[in-house]
Amino acid sequence: MSSHSTVSLKDQILNGIIKENTIFKLALSLCPSIAVTNSLKNGIFMGGAVLFVQVMVNMTISLMRNVIHPKVRLPIFMLVISGWVTVTQMLMAALAPDVNAKVGLYVALIVAFASILARAEMFASKNRLLPSMADGLGMGIGFLFALTTISFFRELVGKGSLTVPTGLATDHVFTFINTRPVLLMILPAGGFFAVGILMAGFNWINARAAAKAAAKAKAALATH
Amino acid sequence: MSHDFTKLFELIVSASLINNFVFTRFLGLCIFFGVSKKMETAVGMSITFISVMMISAAVSWVIFNLVLVPLEITFLQIIVFIGVIAGLVQLSDTIMRKVSPGLYYKLGIYLALISTNCIILAVPLINAEEKYTFIQSLAFGLGSGLGFALALIIMASIREKLELADVPAPFKGLPMAFVITGLIALAFTGFSGLITL
Repeated sequence: MSSHSTVSLKDQILNGIIKENTIFKLALSLCPSIAVTNSLKNGIFMGGAVLFVQVMVNMTISLMRNVIHPKVRLPIFMLVISGWVTVTQMLMAALAPDVNAKVGLYVALIVAFASILARAEMFASKNRLLPSMADGLGMGIGFLFALTTISFFRELVGKGSLTVPTGLATDHVFTFINTRPVLLMILPAGGFFAVGILMAGFNWINARAAAKAAAKAKAALATH
Repeated sequence: MSHDFTKLFELIVSASLINNFVFTRFLGLCIFFGVSKKMETAVGMSITFISVMMISAAVSWVIFNLVLVPLEITFLQIIVFIGVIAGLVQLSDTIMRKVSPGLYYKLGIYLALISTNCIILAVPLINAEEKYTFIQSLAFGLGSGLGFALALIIMASIREKLELADVPAPFKGLPMAFVITGLIALAFTGFSGLITL
């Protein structure tokens, strides 16, 4: 393991967080981004569950990649994913039962996430253990980041408070606004608005960055 | 008996309107945003969805209650349901290709998309959790399918008009679709409390 590979590991993690962010960039696995983001705590737990499944699936597939026959790879990937999802669901039911009551169904539905299957197929089945782990970590953190952002925004605007988990079963509620908050944001409809606005914000920032880069390139060209 | 029928009707209405999968449970969003650009694809997808949903609700009910529950291995439900659905989709794909190539040509592509869809998986999971009877499970599958079809068709008709609208640049495409879905969801909030089960 040379220093070269550590750089690429870091790049792999960053790739999942920024360049190929599951929700904001690829617009995949959108269901939980709205369903569980009405409080910061639920968002963090759901993101954590996805992170765990993604890393474990990537590691398992990467270790098994020489044994799996290419013709039956998809059913085997599904089997591995649903196995790890079952483990996650059981862990969650045992360790954080109150969160599980709210997000349990969506945790079970991680099985149907296109993003997890896609990473297993495109990355983990072709790469060694460490890069696969880094890839899973990056994608998972990217997802966690997106869910945290959305739920932070929604709970702050919708309830005027933030529920920060201090442990698996305990949390602390910070209240910021005591007057009437915008109740709409924690209603189902508000989830769609929040994601729409945040996505537009991401697009706007990207477009500005691209325009700036283009202007810089033009200026550099002019001075030459 | 008539009491049972009202109960079933209530279940269908509640699954399709009040607890609409897209607008209040937020499931199947990837497909919802993916195929709602054109009316024709939306209708094709809806038909495929309703049928696959009912069949998978029925088959997974039988497997869950006659195999998993007696053997006390209900914790395997996720793995089993995913397998059942993937198998069913593959089966209907093959049957459709042989029996009606015309229909296959039109709907085949949606069938392939369905197997990795969370709605189809959610129906058996919810059926198992709520301990519905066989007929109730069928009704729930039908209601959810109808609700999804309704959502797709409303969305497709709006998005066809939206092609001509002048949308601010950062909102173009998906963000605008999200905001519109939010507005429809707001309208659907009006159905809540229509029936209390």
